[in-house]
Amino acid sequence: MNLPRLYHRLRLTARSLHSSANGQQVEKVAVAVDPDVPSQVSVFRTSENDPTCHTELHAGQYYTLPPAHMRTLFPHGLPPRFQMQMKTFNEACVMVRQPALELITCLRKADYSEPALRYVLYGEKGCGKTLSLCHVLHFCSTQGWLVLHIPDAHLWVKNCRELLPSSSRPGRFDQPIQALNWLKNFKTTNEHFLSKIKTTQRYVWTKRESTEEGRPLGELVDQGVSRVKSSSDVVGALLRELRLQAGGAAEGAFRLAVAVDGVNALWGKTTLKKEDKSEVLPEELTLIHNLRKMLRNDWCGGAILTTLSQTGSLFKPRSAYLPMELLGEEGFDNMDPFVPIPVSNYSDKEFESCYLYYLDRNWLQHPHSRTEDGKKELIFLSSRNPSILERLCAFL
Amino acid sequence: MAACRAVRAVLVKCGKSSWTSVPRPPQTDRQLLSRQICVSSAAWRKNLAAAGPEKFSEEYIKKQVEEFNIGKRHLANIMGEDPETFTQEDIDRSIAYLFPSGLFEKRARPVMKVTVQWGEDGRPFHYMFYTGKQAYYSLMHDTFGKVLALEKYQDSMRNKGLFTKDTRQMSLTGSRWLLKEELEELLVENISDHDYTRFLQLMERLLSMPYCAMEEEFVQRFRRQLEVQSSKQEIPAVQHDENGVAFSQAEGRRKTAKASIKLRDCGTGSITINGKSYLLYFPVLQDREQLMFPLHFVDMLGRFNVEASVEGGGHCAQAGALRLAVSRALLSFVSAGEMESMRQAGLLTPDPRVKERKKPGQAGARKKFTWKKR
Repeated sequence: MNLPRLYHRLRLTARSLHSSANGQQVEKVAVAVDPDVPSQVSVFRTSENDPTCHTELHAGQYYTLPPAHMRTLFPHGLPPRFQMQMKTFNEACVMVRQPALELITCLRKADYSEPALRYVLYGEKGCGKTLSLCHVLHFCSTQGWLVLHIPDAHLWVKNCRELLPSSSRPGRFDQPIQALNWLKNFKTTNEHFLSKIKTTQRYVWTKRESTEEGRPLGELVDQGVSRVKSSSDVVGALLRELRLQAGGAAEGAFRLAVAVDGVNALWGKTTLKKEDKSEVLPEELTLIHNLRKMLRNDWCGGAILTTLSQTGSLFKPRSAYLPMELLGEEGFDNMDPFVPIPVSNYSDKEFESCYLYYLDRNWLQHPHSRTEDGKKELIFLSSRNPSILERLCAFL
Repeated sequence: MAACRAVRAVLVKCGKSSWTSVPRPPQTDRQLLSRQICVSSAAWRKNLAAAGPEKFSEEYIKKQVEEFNIGKRHLANIMGEDPETFTQEDIDRSIAYLFPSGLFEKRARPVMKVTVQWGEDGRPFHYMFYTGKQAYYSLMHDTFGKVLALEKYQDSMRNKGLFTKDTRQMSLTGSRWLLKEELEELLVENISDHDYTRFLQLMERLLSMPYCAMEEEFVQRFRRQLEVQSSKQEIPAVQHDENGVAFSQAEGRRKTAKASIKLRDCGTGSITINGKSYLLYFPVLQDREQLMFPLHFVDMLGRFNVEASVEGGGHCAQAGALRLAVSRALLSFVSAGEMESMRQAGLLTPDPRVKERKKPGQAGARKKFTWKKR
């Protein structure tokens, strides 16, 4: 599996040369175009709203997520600050950036009869990993894939009020509320697939309830939603079904995109405790256990897209962002081999684009921020980090 | 009984305070004397203390001088020198050698000298002794003597016809008169405010006369240099590394934090502190603003790269130390006018505030314990 990595490294060198040349060209264009208001719009926005058609020409520009897509695709996927921004600006604009474009290209060219490839987006805190993942997921859903999106794996290893001992297996723990929420969101996202896919096995939940073979997947999900106690097991069953049936040769074949944000939670520590105050290991949680099985690349017909996240992680220092640091030994061995995709701070062109977008939305109210001086100050204070820039502009 | 009383009276007259033992009376009188000997020696000691400190009587001074001479001979023997030709200078030298002292005030060091101010015949050495403030009055007398001498010189010049008003004047700029405390220190005497004013008036009178440049040396003894107001700011030198890129180094301090930086030209505006990016090192916005201030003030935000190392203090102190270091390093890239405006903006002034000491009887430096009315 070293070929993707070599390919990735070649692309890195090519990309750096390309983007620097690109940046200079666009800056010249931007300087010439600045005094002309209507054409400013075209510098940072693109009318191409279909991620399938996004190419490097659109790099650094904002595209709008259609509201209809958003409600189905991202009931829970977007970061909370982005959701607030969406509400304020009345639109969801995502910047097309290099890592996302790269990932899309890889997905297009991948061979789906091979075992699933794992992609890991990593970078410093606040660089835009989660939003890049959302962009790629939008692409996947427009291509008609089945999207399995876990918005933040860290939510499953901490702050759990109810921890039930598992009904099916001793020594494991269930998290009914989290599983329930996730099943509901999954239902919203993949409505049209639920009737097409059939179960391949009989599942027995309790003495009286069971799901027969050949029933549509929707029934399985409903079972989990209505019977809260067995929801974690339902999740496990669901994952298993999807794993078995993805990329099959049957006419109902679909491609599966497993997207996990904060994948380092699966191999870190938890803050949950058993009744005797001893710590719960991640393996002992049903949800985590099943998810780990999903992340093994023993199935074909899809891709595994993950991001590392330090923000919600437990017991990790703030400066850690490399895969080795955040995943730990165990996690790295499990995830290896994978395609690492670094996400960095804004480049000059991207920063320019973001700045113009905020100006266009009248977000930067302070008169000084509209000057060149103010822009330089913003660059310095945020060091071109997207999240810090967003927080900074929030009170300007 | 009478014999014992006589003995006691004799003892009191001699004033020997160390006498505690009572002479044993003859055995026959022991029963009679038992009642009187009950007086404890503590009562005796109290009596002698009430007599007052040792008076500087003639015999006392004579005795002290004798002891001094004996000591001088002993000292000469210790040092292996001839006791007959042992002068006061030799004594000073030997004492300084035998009792080395680290005290800064020279007059507080151990000294072996006869400092009595009058001689054997009881006549004081100084001619102004009976004024009470001998040093002050002798100084006033000398100064007035100089005034008179100058007037006499003036008259002689006039007589010769060589009197000119435009003589060499003393330069009095950049210096000030001694303060009252400094004058007291010089004269080793207490002076009143009135005396000090009179002294200054006399000095001014001396200076108002022509030909006062002749007494320049005398006058300069009573003047102190003022601290130079505009002390020259040290500008760090611009060095060039292998690629020809200019860089400068500077240091800065604030509270307990020490920072040292290298400012490189032709950079991208990246700042590395202790190997970490400044965004990671200073998550608080205020600290980053402090870092930004000097660069923004001279409009060179994206031009320099900064490599910094900082230790000690808290995050605000470290940010302040870095700010000072950056301002100092910028001086070598900036014109003189901009340097002046930086100084006026307060970028080049090290912040003198440090943590105030906690005082006993209070909870903190200023905070007092709870005040209870009763």
